[in-house]
Amino acid sequence: MTAPGRSKLPVVQPGAQSRRQFLRTAAGGTAAAALGACGIEDLVRSHIHELSKEDLNRIIARLEKKYSETYGKSVTVATNAAMPGVEFGYGLDLSRCIGCRRCVYACVKENNQSRRNPQIQWIRVLEMEKERGVDLVHADPYYQAELVPRPGHFYMPVQCQQCRHPPCTKVCPVKATWSEPDGIVVIDYDWCIGCRCCTAACPYGARKFNWAEPQLPSEEMNPVTHYLGNRPRMRGVVEKCTFCIQRSRVGRYPACVEICPVGARKFGNLLDPKSEIREVMDRKRVFVFKEDLATEPRFYYFYAT
Amino acid sequence: MAIRARVALAVLAVLAGAAALPAPAADPSQKGKRAAAAPAAARAASEDGGELIQAQAPPFSEGIFPCTQCHQKPGDPKRRELVFHEEIQQSFHHDSENRWCLDCHSNANRDMLHLSGGALVPFTESYRLCGQCHGDKYRDWRAGVHGKRVGMWNGKKIYLLCVNCHNPHAPRFKPLKPEPAPVRPQEMKP
Repeated sequence: MTAPGRSKLPVVQPGAQSRRQFLRTAAGGTAAAALGACGIEDLVRSHIHELSKEDLNRIIARLEKKYSETYGKSVTVATNAAMPGVEFGYGLDLSRCIGCRRCVYACVKENNQSRRNPQIQWIRVLEMEKERGVDLVHADPYYQAELVPRPGHFYMPVQCQQCRHPPCTKVCPVKATWSEPDGIVVIDYDWCIGCRCCTAACPYGARKFNWAEPQLPSEEMNPVTHYLGNRPRMRGVVEKCTFCIQRSRVGRYPACVEICPVGARKFGNLLDPKSEIREVMDRKRVFVFKEDLATEPRFYYFYAT
Repeated sequence: MAIRARVALAVLAVLAGAAALPAPAADPSQKGKRAAAAPAAARAASEDGGELIQAQAPPFSEGIFPCTQCHQKPGDPKRRELVFHEEIQQSFHHDSENRWCLDCHSNANRDMLHLSGGALVPFTESYRLCGQCHGDKYRDWRAGVHGKRVGMWNGKKIYLLCVNCHNPHAPRFKPLKPEPAPVRPQEMKP
């Protein structure tokens, strides 16, 4: 849908004198002298899709150095691309989920979200009344309970649905967010200008904005990161679930799948007919959230019983 | 919490002792029957493509296994209140009106379980016993839809057994204490 439109847009040709390159040259003479080596190149660099391998490596090395110094441990920033022949799909069994929120906190820990002020969580567990069914008006994400599941209620965790037609990427004015070939919708935090158009466009409330400097204690920081995933964010950028890109792209299950005490979460390759997610889609009653919006999520809710 | 700890324990146990996994040596007389059972697990592995590793079952209550410590000879097969195992009798909630110990535990060899047809099953393969009644769950579990797997979505993965999550004597999943609710935006400090 977006592809034909995208190709018609003027694209900066490597080699041609672009505005960005002009800025870089200009900045090299003036601002760089004033600011020294404190990342002026990051401000005037090209879009990540237009970076040469060397430039990307230099940026990654600088990030790894910066994060390692900040958090006092050896931090890696991976850039591995999508595996060929892989399109990720996720299944969540609503007949199993008990609303214990273990997934929320496993996600926070794995993906280096800000712990408090601002508190950022990529998964939101909605408590709903069985009598009403999936009824968002009466859904409560703030439920407090001694024990879950509470009688008469069911639970629906919501996170990024990794849409095939994501409204969020369409509205981004600077192309800081896009769909990867394996279906993961990613954000380049260094390119995000914090306009929050994507946050408003997302019908699932999946995108979170860092209204203040994220609070991530060094001892809790997960040093295994991906550039498009769980590397530390800064104030003023948007973030969201990436199916744990730093894990899933090396073959591991996302953190929420592994923590779930009731095994309600399934993950795998939609293109592999033998995968667990395909098994779910072939045999179970499956639905996608807000189907009428035609976002075509890769996140499937299902009922195993 | 207890369940999470058990799961973690099981996973750790597997990671530590993966090599030692293929079930403790059993009575040689049972060899034929166990070999007949093997294809189930093997099929599960090939269906999925990746390598499947069985998690270790949660440990028995201390000092209870092997059962032949006490039960050396077959006991009275008549259903009745027992003098021992009160804690299991009290919590027993698994079609308790119609069933009792010897419906699953072998009277002839107390260190084994038995299927309804009489075939003996070691405790490490208790899922075959569960699957007799819960066939739909068994099928889903073998396909990776019921239950949990950890590890690699495209390779080596550890699958949990029925008893890693369900107490076989009272299998209904126990309610858990939830993690804290999120902070409302208006409660966040600048």
